[in-house]
Amino acid sequence: MALLAVSQLTKRFGGFTAVSNVSFDVEDGEILGLIGPNGSGKSTIFNCIAGMYVPTSGSIRFEGQEIAGLSADKVCHRGIGRTYQIPRPFRNLTLLENVALSAWFGQQRAVSRAECWRQAERALALVGLPTDAGATTDGLGAGALKQLELARALATQPRLLLADESLNGLDHAETEQAADMLQRIRTEMKITIVWVEHIMGVLMRVVDRVVVLDHGEKIFDGAPKAAQADRRVVEVYLGADAAA
Amino acid sequence: MSAPRLSPAALAGLLAVALLPWAVRLFLGDSEKYYLHLLIQILLWSFIYTGWSLMGRFGLTSLGHGAFSGIGAYVTVLLWNFAGVSPWLGIPVAVVAATIVGVLVGYPCFRLRIAGHYFALMTLALTEFVRLCIVGLRDYTGGSLGTQPKRYGDGLSLYAMQFEPDRMLSFYVAFALWLFGLYVWRHVDRSMDRYALDAASQDEDAAASVGIDVTREKLKITALSAAMCALGGAVFGQYQMYIGPDTIAGLGTSLNIVFAVVAGGMWAMLGPTVGAVFTQLLSEGLRVVIQSSGILKSVLGSAALALDSAIYGLLLVLFIIYMPKGIVGTLLERRRQARPARVARAETPPA
Repeated sequence: MALLAVSQLTKRFGGFTAVSNVSFDVEDGEILGLIGPNGSGKSTIFNCIAGMYVPTSGSIRFEGQEIAGLSADKVCHRGIGRTYQIPRPFRNLTLLENVALSAWFGQQRAVSRAECWRQAERALALVGLPTDAGATTDGLGAGALKQLELARALATQPRLLLADESLNGLDHAETEQAADMLQRIRTEMKITIVWVEHIMGVLMRVVDRVVVLDHGEKIFDGAPKAAQADRRVVEVYLGADAAA
Repeated sequence: MSAPRLSPAALAGLLAVALLPWAVRLFLGDSEKYYLHLLIQILLWSFIYTGWSLMGRFGLTSLGHGAFSGIGAYVTVLLWNFAGVSPWLGIPVAVVAATIVGVLVGYPCFRLRIAGHYFALMTLALTEFVRLCIVGLRDYTGGSLGTQPKRYGDGLSLYAMQFEPDRMLSFYVAFALWLFGLYVWRHVDRSMDRYALDAASQDEDAAASVGIDVTREKLKITALSAAMCALGGAVFGQYQMYIGPDTIAGLGTSLNIVFAVVAGGMWAMLGPTVGAVFTQLLSEGLRVVIQSSGILKSVLGSAALALDSAIYGLLLVLFIIYMPKGIVGTLLERRRQARPARVARAETPPA
């Protein structure tokens, strides 16, 4: 059974259909790339899964249970962590507090407070941020704030991580680092990952499979190599001329 | 929950406050009653202000806490006057009533994400609603003139929770309440819920994404805050032996609460207390100056009596512009800047 099964998902905003009848599975342990140009519906699908939007129709099953329409905190409690494409740190709290509160509330207060602070330190160390109690978000760059997003999501101890990277905020080296990080998270923490991107480049090296979207519809689902050879995918990214 | 450990400085401070009435008796014996009354007022209001700051510090700016203190005072007194219910039972009932009102108003606000100005307006309406209820039920409440709890015996009674004639006793009742308020503040400050509310005050979506039930967290703090203000209002009524919509329930009360906490500082434990000291001394001082000044009276006539409100308003504006962190917050910040090496926490009481 797939860890996450999205089937016939549709999301309309008024008369505009952002996502139309999209279905795909995420297998336990894989890294799935969800890609498509701007406006293709990636973020909408992502937000439907994460509980920010209520889907117009269709179903989203996580570990066999329906989660479509649950609020964001409930989705988190089920075991799905997310990052935001534009980092949304709690600037009035220290880095450690940012992550520790995620550990505490993400696990529904099931572990001790002391353990939450330890988990927070581990998550910060993993993504490469300072773990001392006084460190704040002041002066952190885009890359570091992205890492904080990741640490916060990981601290909720998810089984599925939704990583929204679809923003050109990072330079090439930082993007490579981010890719390596996601790979480490999968192998070391055994967390399944859905990686949302709009560029194909670095993603292709890391993902097991890609789902390509265009205008709210799924146009491809398969191996990254095959995606690069697929006529429709090339058309979407490079234009009809290149595909011909 | 572990018992709070106190630093020597905090202990010394507590002891000093506890001994204050004896200092008054020793040095100000002639007008002991007046000065004790001032101290009691400060402590009772400190408790109510501390209750408000529990919400205020998280950006939940309520202009409706006069409603909660009013419900606390009126329910207690009405139960006593008309049903003979002892305040020992009446106060819990009043606190529960205020908490329910707080949750009923809070729930739709938080579900619909009404925040900032709109939340302030909602709570403002609550204040007015409660005031109108009090005035409308004038056969029981005495309307805008207020009412008094029926005196039981000589006015000193455990059963009726009446202690007003004994100012020393009243002081220690207020002192105990104040300590309880600080304890609650500290408990909240050290809880994980504090971080959740800090996070939610900045970004509700991001807070929800890490598993925080934002509505529930806000309701919890609202319930606690409303309960504290109701308790404070009830004890205030028992001490004053008089309750009126202007002294404990109306818009004026709501605004005074906000002003005092803004002045004292809403992010530090002793901020509301310092705010109470500041506003009480200010209003007493202004009253004395205005009443004794022949010039002011001859120029303005009886309008001079309203001068203190005008000065209040002016000061509030100045505080918001120049000292948004309040007196205590600004002092703590100064101290932190003076010693950058040490990570000072806001909970350290000022020397």
